[in-house]
Amino acid sequence: MAGIAPQKSGPAPQELELPGGKSGFRNWLDRNAWRDIIIAVPYVWLILFFVAPFIIIIAMSLAQSVIAQPPFRFDETWPYVTFENFDRLFSDFVYLRGYLTSLRNALIATALCLLLGYPMALGIARAKGVWRNILLLLVILPFWTSFLLRVYAWIGMMGSNSWFNRGLTSVINVFLPAASEINSVPMMNSNFAVILVVVYSYLPFMILPLFANLEKLDFTLNEAAMDLGSRPMQVFRDVTLPLSIPGIVAGCLLVFIPATGELVIPSLVGNAGDPMIGRVINDEFSLNRHWPMASAIAVALLMLLVVPIMLYNRMQERASEGVK
Amino acid sequence: MGIENTGKAWENLTAEPFIRIEKVTKKFSDFTAVNNVSLDIYKGELFALLGGSGCGKTTLLRMLSGFESPTEGRVWIDGQDMTSVPPYERPVNMMFQSYALFPHMTVEQNVGYGLKHEKLSNAQRQDRVKQMLDLVQLSQFAGRKPHQLSGGQRQRVALARALAKQPKVLLLDEPLGALDKKLREHTQFEIMNIQEKTGITFVVVTHDQEEAMTLSTRIAVMDKGVIRQTGTPTEIYEFPKTKFVADFIGSINQFAGTVKSVTRDKAAIACADWAGDITVHGDSSIAVGQSVSVAVRPEKISISKKAPAKGLNAVEGKVIDLGYFGKDSLYRVKLPSSALVRVNRVNDQRGRETERVAQWEDKVWLSFEPSAAILLKD
Repeated sequence: MAGIAPQKSGPAPQELELPGGKSGFRNWLDRNAWRDIIIAVPYVWLILFFVAPFIIIIAMSLAQSVIAQPPFRFDETWPYVTFENFDRLFSDFVYLRGYLTSLRNALIATALCLLLGYPMALGIARAKGVWRNILLLLVILPFWTSFLLRVYAWIGMMGSNSWFNRGLTSVINVFLPAASEINSVPMMNSNFAVILVVVYSYLPFMILPLFANLEKLDFTLNEAAMDLGSRPMQVFRDVTLPLSIPGIVAGCLLVFIPATGELVIPSLVGNAGDPMIGRVINDEFSLNRHWPMASAIAVALLMLLVVPIMLYNRMQERASEGVK
Repeated sequence: MGIENTGKAWENLTAEPFIRIEKVTKKFSDFTAVNNVSLDIYKGELFALLGGSGCGKTTLLRMLSGFESPTEGRVWIDGQDMTSVPPYERPVNMMFQSYALFPHMTVEQNVGYGLKHEKLSNAQRQDRVKQMLDLVQLSQFAGRKPHQLSGGQRQRVALARALAKQPKVLLLDEPLGALDKKLREHTQFEIMNIQEKTGITFVVVTHDQEEAMTLSTRIAVMDKGVIRQTGTPTEIYEFPKTKFVADFIGSINQFAGTVKSVTRDKAAIACADWAGDITVHGDSSIAVGQSVSVAVRPEKISISKKAPAKGLNAVEGKVIDLGYFGKDSLYRVKLPSSALVRVNRVNDQRGRETERVAQWEDKVWLSFEPSAAILLKD
């Protein structure tokens, strides 16, 4: 109410800098110590467990293989290093083929994950209350079981004597002429099996970022589009899909990158005659004991995968600039 | 304003209503948001649905736009039954409270979005977009994205986008809600001008009674899913029919009492709070002994230190609170019965604090004309 004028307070008390008072270290300890220490933790972690091992791998990739302990050595004269491993990488078609198989399998698996995961993520994002939590839980639930166990379950299912394979065989035989009936469906040890299991294993990594993105979308935008004459499919095309591109990109990277370097799945269900690059690296390390060659393949693979990550970061930066 | 062009259509008994809401009920599981509402809105009106949050006004608007369908009843627009027509097929567009501009499209694309579905040539489409942007004075921002605009500009883009399809009815959900005070006044007149220029029927939902009063030709006051009163702003303010409406619109002093005597042009109401009888204009619908309430707007009561002339309802009291708003002051006066009366006085004379009509703790006379009193029966 009127009549009561606010008391005018004096100037706000300012922190006084005493001349020659605190030392620089004391000052840091008082003001910034906690913040700096907390920020330092992830950096120390990254340096110890990513940068340092990576430098070792790069160094190893420039060494020569020997039969000794450890199984590599550097030249004793300048320039100490050799590029012969990288030369072989491009001259021996085995490696190039490994990369191509990996990229192809990963691309197909990513595309399938997107096709399967998008409707699922959209369904979860649009579900109400309790249902949304239940559906999300179902997506995450497989992680409670060991990954290896789930791959072995697939091996059991795809094997030629499994109930699944026999059932599938008899269904297919219904449509085949009697002369060309098959005994079983050849699923195991093929790229088909690899892609199937990769899609199964990585689907949550597609769904979760997509869900996080779709859930944030303002549904009144869909209503606005509908109000302006768009039918549901047009609303999806014009509003939901373009606004979920960041989620699509994040999900695709989370599937594509680990799928490219995947080792366990191709080792267990893949075709040994057409191996993915992860298996090639593993064979070089443990079967051939050619550590420098394995390192060179790994370094090249990392370079290959860094490109899409950088593109993604570039896009995110541009998007966040746009929001400002 | 629209009234001059169209005449008071709602007073014309032969006029066909443009929007007819017929015994509409909307239930959400066990909650009844809108309860058996019937409402006629005429062509060219700027109609306001006014009420507090949860009164059902937004649900009613969403049934006009097609986002909700009534549990019972029908909705007619321009003679067509719209009850089960989906939103994308209704000749109705909506300006959303949050504006709901598409963040990935430019201003131009936003405004032109609805035109994609109309059979127009490219040139016609661009023409219409340009025309709309001119109407809301945003032509120089055509290439911007929504996040590069101020709140007021976004509001105008939303308005242009909703108008671009030349709908039969434009629905506005709290159109001024997100704007600051200065901008509200400006935008308010802009909306009225645009309504006048386009002749489109506007239906506005608002919780802000001032907004409803200044904008609209007619107001429906809603509470708990039902319409309490429909009328022009003046009718609603000066002739409220119920205590709820009297209380909801502006502020009002209410004195409970019983009818002591009634003649053709005068009635005396005995009010304990007022410490005496209040004389009001005669009302044939009341009888002696009936309990009623006398309601008086704060600005209809005059305050002075001198005893007022005879023939007015007068009482003496003490000023216990004084609020100074610049253009007017609000006095809270305690009567001998210890009832509090709010009195508004326009500060029409320039002066210092000491030159005010009354100060704290001053004894003052309050008085009002019999015609200023509203008789409320429920």
